[in-house]
Formats: sequence, C-alpha cells, structure tokens
Amino acid sequence: MTQLILEQALNGLQFGLMLFLLAAGLTLVFGIMDCINLAHGSLYMVGAYFVAAAAQVADSFWVGLGAGVAGAALLGLLLEVSLFRRLYQRDHLAQVLATFALILIANEAVRAIWGPAAIMFNPPEALAGPVEFPLPHGAFFYPAYRLVIIAVGLAVAALLYLLVARSRVGMWVRAGAANREMTEALGINVRALFTAVFVFGAALCALAGGLLGPLLAVQVGMGESVLILAFVVIIIGGIGSIRGALVGSLIVGTVDTLGRALLPALLRATLPADAAATLGPALASILIYLLMAGILFFRPQGLFPARA
Amino acid sequence: MAFYRPARWQRPATLAGLVALVALPAALTALGQEFYIGFATRVLIFALAASSLNLVLGFGGMVSLGHAAFFGIGAYTAAICQQAGINEALFAFPAAMAAAGLFALLVGSVSLRTRGVYFIMITLAFAQMVFYLFVSARAWGGDDGLPLAGRMTLAGFSLAGDSALFFASLAALTAALLAFGRLAQARFGRTLQAIRENETRMEALGYPVFRYRLVAFALGGAVAGLAGALLANLTGLASPNLLQWTQSGTLLVMVIIGGVGALYGGVVGAAVLLGLEEVLVGFTEHWHIVLGLLLLGIVLFAPRGVAALFGERRG
Amino acid sequence: MLLRLTAIAAALMLAGNALAADKIKVGFVSTLSGPGAGLGVDIRDGYNLAIKQLGGKLGDLPAEVIIADDQQNPDVAKQAADKFLKKDKVDFMTGIVFSNIMLAVGPSVFENKTFYISANAGPSQYAGEQCNPFFFNVAWQNDNLHEAVGKYMQDKGFKNVVIVTPNYPGGKDAVAGFKRFYKGKVAEEIYTKLGQLDYAAELAQVRSHKPDALFFFLPGGMGINFVKQFVAAGLSRDIQLFAPGFSADEDVIKAVGAPMMGMFNSSHWAHDMDNPENKRFVAEFEKEYKRLPSLYASQGYDAAFMMDAAVRDVKGRVDDKVALQKALEAKRFKSVRGDFKFNTNHYPVQNYYLRVIGKDGQGRITNKTMGTIFTNHADAYVASCKMK
Repeated sequence: MTQLILEQALNGLQFGLMLFLLAAGLTLVFGIMDCINLAHGSLYMVGAYFVAAAAQVADSFWVGLGAGVAGAALLGLLLEVSLFRRLYQRDHLAQVLATFALILIANEAVRAIWGPAAIMFNPPEALAGPVEFPLPHGAFFYPAYRLVIIAVGLAVAALLYLLVARSRVGMWVRAGAANREMTEALGINVRALFTAVFVFGAALCALAGGLLGPLLAVQVGMGESVLILAFVVIIIGGIGSIRGALVGSLIVGTVDTLGRALLPALLRATLPADAAATLGPALASILIYLLMAGILFFRPQGLFPARA
Repeated sequence: MAFYRPARWQRPATLAGLVALVALPAALTALGQEFYIGFATRVLIFALAASSLNLVLGFGGMVSLGHAAFFGIGAYTAAICQQAGINEALFAFPAAMAAAGLFALLVGSVSLRTRGVYFIMITLAFAQMVFYLFVSARAWGGDDGLPLAGRMTLAGFSLAGDSALFFASLAALTAALLAFGRLAQARFGRTLQAIRENETRMEALGYPVFRYRLVAFALGGAVAGLAGALLANLTGLASPNLLQWTQSGTLLVMVIIGGVGALYGGVVGAAVLLGLEEVLVGFTEHWHIVLGLLLLGIVLFAPRGVAALFGERRG
Repeated sequence: MLLRLTAIAAALMLAGNALAADKIKVGFVSTLSGPGAGLGVDIRDGYNLAIKQLGGKLGDLPAEVIIADDQQNPDVAKQAADKFLKKDKVDFMTGIVFSNIMLAVGPSVFENKTFYISANAGPSQYAGEQCNPFFFNVAWQNDNLHEAVGKYMQDKGFKNVVIVTPNYPGGKDAVAGFKRFYKGKVAEEIYTKLGQLDYAAELAQVRSHKPDALFFFLPGGMGINFVKQFVAAGLSRDIQLFAPGFSADEDVIKAVGAPMMGMFNSSHWAHDMDNPENKRFVAEFEKEYKRLPSLYASQGYDAAFMMDAAVRDVKGRVDDKVALQKALEAKRFKSVRGDFKFNTNHYPVQNYYLRVIGKDGQGRITNKTMGTIFTNHADAYVASCKMK
C-alpha cells in the first residue's frame, strides 16, 4: 500500500512538473501580452522533434536536449519578431485565428520533414531501468528516468521562482502582468521584455517536450492535447501568475493521476459493474475539467489572480 | 463593429444563389459528378453550424470555443433516436435541436457569469467534458462512435438519395438564415448587438443582459444541433471526433474567415474553407501549410473576413 | 484529328468494359499518419510488394492502386472511401487497420456493391449478424489472437492475471476473447484512454496486485510505450508479459528493443514459417524495405494475391458480382501462413501459433514460433451469420 501511494504521488508530481514547464510560458505570454497563443502546444511539439533529431545526430540525449532547446528558443525569437508582435494589439479572435493557423502549419511542416510516423527514442541507457529504495516493508521501485524528470522540473521551478520573485527582470515581468500601461509609462522597454518572455517560454516548451520524448512519443499533434491541459492549469492558477501556474500544475497532475488510479476501483465498489465500467474512465478524464469549472464558479479569476 | 443591416444587393444575390443551388444536383448528375452532391451537402451543413456560431459570436459577442459540443450532441441525438427505433427526421431533428439547445442553456447559465478569456476556457472545458463522456459511453459506441443503419426519412420521404439530403440541408440553412436575418433586425437582435457593443450601458439601462445572452447562446446551440443531426445522416456516423476541441476551432475559423457578425459569414467561411481543402488536396499532400498561410494572411491583411471584401454594409 | 481518334479509342474501351475490365482499380484506405501509422504502412508495403511481384497486374490486368490516409479518423476515412467509390469507381477496396473505421466505412462500400478485402480489421459485427457478401477478411476475427493467448495461459496454469487494454470496443472485444478461454482469476481489468502514452498510474496499480502474468492489448505506439515503461518500472522481474501478436511484432520490437525479450504472443503467421510462399515473401520484403515484415505486412501481401486469383478466375469480368464472390470464396491463392479456408461468414478458419521474442541466428531480436495453440480455429460469431 505504501508503495502504491508513494508511487502514485511521484507520478502525479512528475506529470504536474512537466505541465508547469508548459504552463509557465503560457501564463506569462497570456498575462503580460494579453495574447492567446494556441500554438504554444506546437512549440512543445517542434521542440520535442528538435531534441529527438539533435539527439540522433549527436548520439547523445543530453547534447540533443541542449541543442533542441536552443533551437526552439531561436524559433520562438523568429516567431515573436515576425508575427506575434503584430498580434498583441489585436483582439482575442484574431489571435485565435492566427495561432490556429500556426498549429496547422507546424503540424504539416513536421509531417513533411520527419514523416507521419511517430519517433520513438529511448532515454540514456543508464536511466532505462528502475531505481530501488529500501523501505521497512520491502523495496520500493521507481523508474530512474522519471526521477530525473522530477529533479529537472523542480530545479527549473526553483530557478523560475528566483528569477520572477527576486530579480529585476522578474519585477518587470510581474509589473507587466499586473498593469501593462503603467509599466510602459515607467520607461521599461516592454518590447524587449515581451520578446524575452516569449523566447523563454518557447525554451521551456522544448525542455518539456524533449524530456517527455523518450517517455512518450514524439509525434504530430502531440501539442494539442497538452495545450488544453496547460490552459486548464493557468485558468485554475490565475492568468499571469507563476505561483498559480505551479500550484495549478501540481493540482492537475495529482488529480488526474489519482483519478485514473482510484476512481474506477471506487466506482466498482459502489455501482453496478456496467455503469462503473462506463462512468469510471469518463469521470477520470473529466475530473480536471470539473475541477476547473468549480474553481471558476467560486473564484472567477483563478486561485492566484495576477491583477489584484 | 456596427449593427447588422442588409445591403441593398443582398436580396437579389441571395435569390440568385438559391436558384443556382436548387439546380445544382441536377447539373452535377448531368455531368456525371454525383460525388460532388455529397460534398456540397457537407458545405451546407457546415455553413449551418458556422452560422449558428456566428449568431453567438458575431451578434452576441460571445467567443465560445465549445460549439463542437452542440454540433456533436445533435449528431448523437439523431443516432440515438434511430437506435431507439425512431427513423423519422420530423421527430429526430427537433429532438437533436432540443437536446443541444438544453445543454447550451446549461453551459450558458454557468459560463456567462465569466468574461473574456475565462469564458473561452470554460466553454472549452464543458465541450471537453462532453467529449470524454461520449468517448467512455459504451452504449453509444464509445470511441468508435455510433453508426446509423441508414439515412432517416423526412415526413415519410427517404433521405437516402444524395439529392434528397442536399435539399433537406439547403432548406434547413435557408430557414435558419432567414430567421437569423429577421432576428438581427428585430428588437431582440438589436438589444443583443447593443450588449455586444457596450454591456455596462445596457445593464445600466435596465436590460436583463444575462438573459438576452443566454437565449442567443441556447438558440445557437440548438441550430448547431440541427446541423449535427444532418451531418450524422450524411456520414452515417455520430463520431466523437465531432466533439473534439479542434472542431470548435474549425467552426470558429470559418466564422472569422467569412466575417464575424455578417449574416452570410458562416456560409462564406464554410464554403471557402471546405472548398480550399478540396482544391488544395488535389495539388499537394501538405495542403495544411497552404491553408495555414492563407489564414495568417487573412488575419494580417483582411481582418474583417472575406465577406467584408465584398462590402457587406454594417450600419 | 488526334483528339477524335483518342475519343474513338476511349469509346471502344468503354464498350469493352461490359465484358472484361481494362484495368483493376483498388482503393486503399489506411492509417498512414499518427501513432497507428506503423500498422498501415506495413499493410501498404506488403500489398505493394505483392503487386510488384505480380508485374503491376491483378489477374493479368493492369492494376491501379489509389492510396488515402484516414488519419485514424472515421470521418476522414468515410470521405476518402466515398470519393473512391463514387468518383474513382474502384473495383476493390482494402487497407483499413482499425475496426471502428471499418464499421464507419463498411455501409457505403456494401451499398455500392464493391468487394472489401480486409487486410486487418475483423470486427465481430461483420462476422456475426451483420455479415455481408461483399466483405472478406483475409487476416482474422478480432477476438482470435486474444483467444489464443487466453487458451495458452489457461493451459499453463496462470492463476492471477491483470489485463490492460484501451477503453474502446476493440479493447473490450479483446477482453471477451481472452476470457472465453482463460478461466483463472483476473485481479483487475484496467481500461486506459485510447491513444494514452503515459502508463505510470496504471503500472502502479499493476504492481499493487502482484500478479503472476499480465495480458495487454495496446496496438501501435501505445504498446511500445507500455512495454518500455513496464520494464523501466522494474515490473518485468516478477511478471510475465503476454500479448496478442499485434502488440509484439516487428514494429514494436524495433522501437523497444531488448526489453521485449522473453515475451510470449500469439499469431496466425510468423516470418519463420516454413513454406515457399513465405520464404519468398520474407526475403523480398527484407530486400525491398530493409526490415523484417510484420503480420500486418503479411496480411496486405495476402490481400493482393487473393484479389489477383479471383480476378483471374472470372477472366477480368469483375462486374459479374456473383461470379466474383464465388471466386473469392474459393480462395485459389497460396497464403504465406500456409493453408486456410474461408468460413460461411468470409472469415478465415486457420491455425494460431505461440511465438516468443528472442534473438535469431543473426543476433536480431525477433519472434520465434514455439508451437500451435489452435488448429483450424473459427470465430465465435459465425453461428449468427445468416449468409450461406
């Protein structure tokens, strides 16, 4: 039982931290520039492809990860300068249409370059197996690679916290999220700030995509499902708030993991078998959306609104 | 954005278009291109769905990213009716409208308490819930979707022939557009558009803003349900793919291309998008790239949609 | 002048059409993108290899194969099929991988009186009550491979089993087929989202049950990830893995590698089967595509030879549907899996084998045939098929 609870808690943490890497960039772009970026998931996908391709060329996962993240950051820079800059002043509808178009382009470009089949690549050999921890009631096993993901996720979260909460740039970012006009009036180069935030968000996307690549699969369309989850996270956490994104990610990660693990068994114990077989997976899938609707009902600005 | 008022050329143009459409199946049959009757029906059905979203988005100013839920519920209701032995569209289609409309009423009554981005996301959340519900519902085919055994009958006439379904879809679209056109100029529509322009002022003037919006939202949902029921008849399947959020995105894109708040915006958008798809597929396997670039071009250079290029007057 | 001549030639060719076709058009709809793409690509490659060996012909008439990608989406598949049927007016259709897509496309194919030769999807509906003269399955009925695993595990005396499958009708058919022959304890049936790629939560559940064996049916990319994560979680030490051949064939082995070793699975075909047709198929497939064929490829290959034999039988008069159906039922081609017959529902009656993954003579990780599980096995639905 200890093993099960501990394992599921770690699974929730791992999932949540990866969501955080995606949500962090999204919430800042959203909060500061007031820009809906549906193509954020595409950056995740393209980043994962960059990492997979670079890892194959370099024959080293870690070199590939570094190169892929750098490549995605560069792509983010190009996109920001050429397109997103023109979108900030437009209404949400125009942003939805433009970034939806970007999704189409990104998916098709990836398909044209890397082919329609998914790329499966493996984590570094040393991390392919489980790690064993001695516990009072027998050993506890956990996949080594997932532990690495958790470690990287925690490190990035800590770094981001220091950057946003303690540094001067972070102060500008927070000021920008709270009141853009006022920040501009104070003479801060908002344009450069926007570019920096966007590029940073793209790099975080690629980091998540690259780390998850060996665990999941690198394929066309992988960004769309994860994009929705990232949106749920930032709505729960409050748009523009890094702290909200972290809390929201961990909530969504844990709720989703526990829902999948516990709900079917719980329903089987209480409902007729047939109803439970239908309801279990359905409820497990919609749990986070119910959660979001509930939170919005009671706190329409999310848990940690950036604009107080 | 100003209030909707039909341009002077609109009525003759509409009549000419209608005549051309009525003659279309016979013309295609004469040319031996029956395949395109099915394609044209698809365009009409998506035009209906996009027009219903345009009522919500264009006239009501509510950016909903969950419209696919109502579209899909309509399709499923039709399929479930048939599964229950009801093969008459005169019953099944209103049932689809009622189911989708009632669900829209529920979604609207919760979502319309939020504003802006939060509204976009909460409508999306509801649509995702519906998606996962149908994917998991074993009785309704789960992930496989619910197939129809064959097309339904409408007032006793079979819709099995491609032309029959074409005319049924054309009739539905014509009726919906007539109704929306009337509505937009009636007291209800003018109030709705005034709320879109300045919600606070309308509230201060004592208008029940929430109720107006809710009615428009539910009406849009019901018409989307009708489109869904027609589509289920066309494809012979109520599929969970209809409920995916990208489907909501596609409908949104159709409205934006065609022109938000233009009466024929949904029609133009559906025709342009599906037509482009049909043409581009013939040229390149990677037609999505071309489509994406075109959409970007529209955002950057024709912000009011394609319909605006033809100068539909707004006020 | 030239134009008029061409027109006359065309008219003559049209007139000849009523007797024998001048070419055979095949509509090939398959999943060629997304996580299920590996399956469709293998069927396509197997099919194309056969057409190449036949000199680009089916039954001595030039073959034209039109290929479309269904993106594993029933709506897309349905549109593509309608185009093939109504615009291109194809003589045969084949290629569909997934049963849900087959069920979506089937009605319009049958309504159009076009023969569909399934090189994979074998839904129970078309084996039973909805069996159709225009539907032939040259692979298996969906339940068969699961039944074989269930039978083997029952015979070996496994006592505590966990089942993992996606929450979709194909997954539920798998469980039904498995349990038709495995009668021991099932600790838990875990249903996952279709297309799910992260199995951490499910693997933790599996561990908590301490089963002695695990049966999973996760086609395509899902299976690849499941096995990888299963091994990474350290579960392979205590739990024996079983799967139908779909989850343990070359596409999965190539992606997962060494962790697959020692896994048992069931199949109606294996690349090491000893018959001349199979030897030629495997050798030429390897030469052409630089990889070992999977069972999907063998099915695509058989589908082409089945069409070839039938078209030759009716001397190219494919418009005579009754004669063509008889010719297809007669099954005059030699399958790479050895001999088999069509049942009254147009599904195969055939042997099913046990395979295990290990290293072959050349040091490659691949499947090895271990023995026969079922001999001349039919499906469980044929009794409710009214077709004679």
